[in-house]
Amino acid sequence: MSASDTARTWPGATLTRIPFWVYQDEANYRTELRRIFEGPTWNFVCLEADLKQPGDFRTTFVGEMPVIVVRAEDGAIRAFENRCAHRGALISLDDQGTAKHFQCVYHAWTYDLQGNLTGIAFEKGSNGRGGMPPSFAKSAHGPRKLKTATLHGLVFASLCHDAPPMEAYLGEEILGRVARVLGKPIQVLGRFVQALPNNWKLYVENVKDTYHASLLHAFFGTFRITRLTQGGGILVSADGGHHASYTIDRAEDRSSTAYREQGIRSERQDYRLADPSLLDSVDEFGDGIQLQILTVFPGFVLQQIQNCLAVRQVVPKGPDAMELCWTYFGFADDTPEMRTRRLRQLNLVGPAGYVSMEDGCVGGFVRRGAAAAADEVSVVNMGGDGTESVETRATEASVRGFWKAYRRYMDH
Amino acid sequence: MPSADPSPATWEPRVARLNAEYARAIDDDRLEEWPAFFSESCVYTITSADNHREGMPAGLMYADSKGMLHDRVAALREANIYERQTYRHLIGLPAILGEAGGGVRVETPFLVVRIMRDGRMDLFATGRYLDALVEEAGALRFRERIVVCDSSRVDTLLAIPL
Repeated sequence: MSASDTARTWPGATLTRIPFWVYQDEANYRTELRRIFEGPTWNFVCLEADLKQPGDFRTTFVGEMPVIVVRAEDGAIRAFENRCAHRGALISLDDQGTAKHFQCVYHAWTYDLQGNLTGIAFEKGSNGRGGMPPSFAKSAHGPRKLKTATLHGLVFASLCHDAPPMEAYLGEEILGRVARVLGKPIQVLGRFVQALPNNWKLYVENVKDTYHASLLHAFFGTFRITRLTQGGGILVSADGGHHASYTIDRAEDRSSTAYREQGIRSERQDYRLADPSLLDSVDEFGDGIQLQILTVFPGFVLQQIQNCLAVRQVVPKGPDAMELCWTYFGFADDTPEMRTRRLRQLNLVGPAGYVSMEDGCVGGFVRRGAAAAADEVSVVNMGGDGTESVETRATEASVRGFWKAYRRYMDH
Repeated sequence: MPSADPSPATWEPRVARLNAEYARAIDDDRLEEWPAFFSESCVYTITSADNHREGMPAGLMYADSKGMLHDRVAALREANIYERQTYRHLIGLPAILGEAGGGVRVETPFLVVRIMRDGRMDLFATGRYLDALVEEAGALRFRERIVVCDSSRVDTLLAIPL
């Protein structure tokens, strides 16, 4: 049975049951691109640090739409579709660079840094013949423009000009959690792309799922980087779409036996590092929060695991595939010791991360496990059925929050 | 100061033999032997050509001590969850670049096929090893091995070292 044979219905209004067709159905995926990624949402596209000077640009994606993000002559950051207004070819073939203008390679149509069509090769024809009709107005043609917003060094873009202001989109609580980490000029330390064999939503759910972190990831549990018995909690935005989870180390957890009593694999008493410098962290934000994971709907993650900082961008590549674009960073004023500490701790994350490698494969396990289960449902019931902020992480409130926002955008 | 002879004729067969042993240890799942290919003080990182060209210091794996190499193996054996998989390394001829601090600098191309438990085989990584090799206790060892992958894109996850 193919996914298109399914009923494509939700099991009622509850956010605690998620039908598997929602990860599999091609038509539903196309609708997501239109209503979510190209809809009234804000999509992370790059860092301000990537665009230092006028003319500096990066190419990326909003959903499946290729996008050029560029700092224009006036210093403002502009974004427009990476699609020539003529025949639709990519305008820029580079990941990044510096440009005075952009020229499509196909027929040499030219665009300024705002994305305006400014030049057409042989517009007047040759020797008085051919050329574009005099009525053709360049100003009426061009790639679609996105509006942009910057937030503490992050650049977001929206194709929908009705998108709410960034601050209203996120809400005060989540804004505060972004500001908490990004208070200083950023220095990029590296970029990698992880191709994941699963629907994009399975990854976003995984990031929001605080329940799994110390259970799947032995490294987290064993070294008490995050455990459900530690202090902390989850903030979920009013619309459900954004979240921040955080862990605070407490002395009383160090003697907790809850994991051992439940026979949980991820606590290994005998597991010790030969070089514990990996875990040598400092409280650089001065609030005792050793881990904070923050998401912005639909596909942005800001991560602080001790002194290991990164942003992750979710790029959908069809119902069964996605790319996760990692940008590792520190701050421009890092001491050499802090730089070394970050480089060591980056072993925790990314495609080879002691923690993150497991998130790279678990979405594929769900895709394969649920391959024949389009009309069955997954269960998201930990902590009840609500999406409120709570002071525990033994809950799936932020996963339910994702579905609350998702169903609203999708009109499901 | 006496320097190592950078002549390819002297070094090439020794480096090639070391690389062959290194590849066999990993591909035969004798990962516990992997740290022994490095000198007591060592650096091992995996990066990409783009990051390397731009001088970005972060690695997919980053070890600046031999202990961290042991920890990588211990985590793979004891902590991390990933599907059973093996590599097949094909390592090219080493290019001897010159002397460095009593040893030699070498660049060697590699290709790694990843074989998953269901039989699927993928060209998983290609790139070059940028090595600084030294003599330690009469044997050639990596003081530095920078694995520069040609691509910045990794399929699913990178568990076993390259």
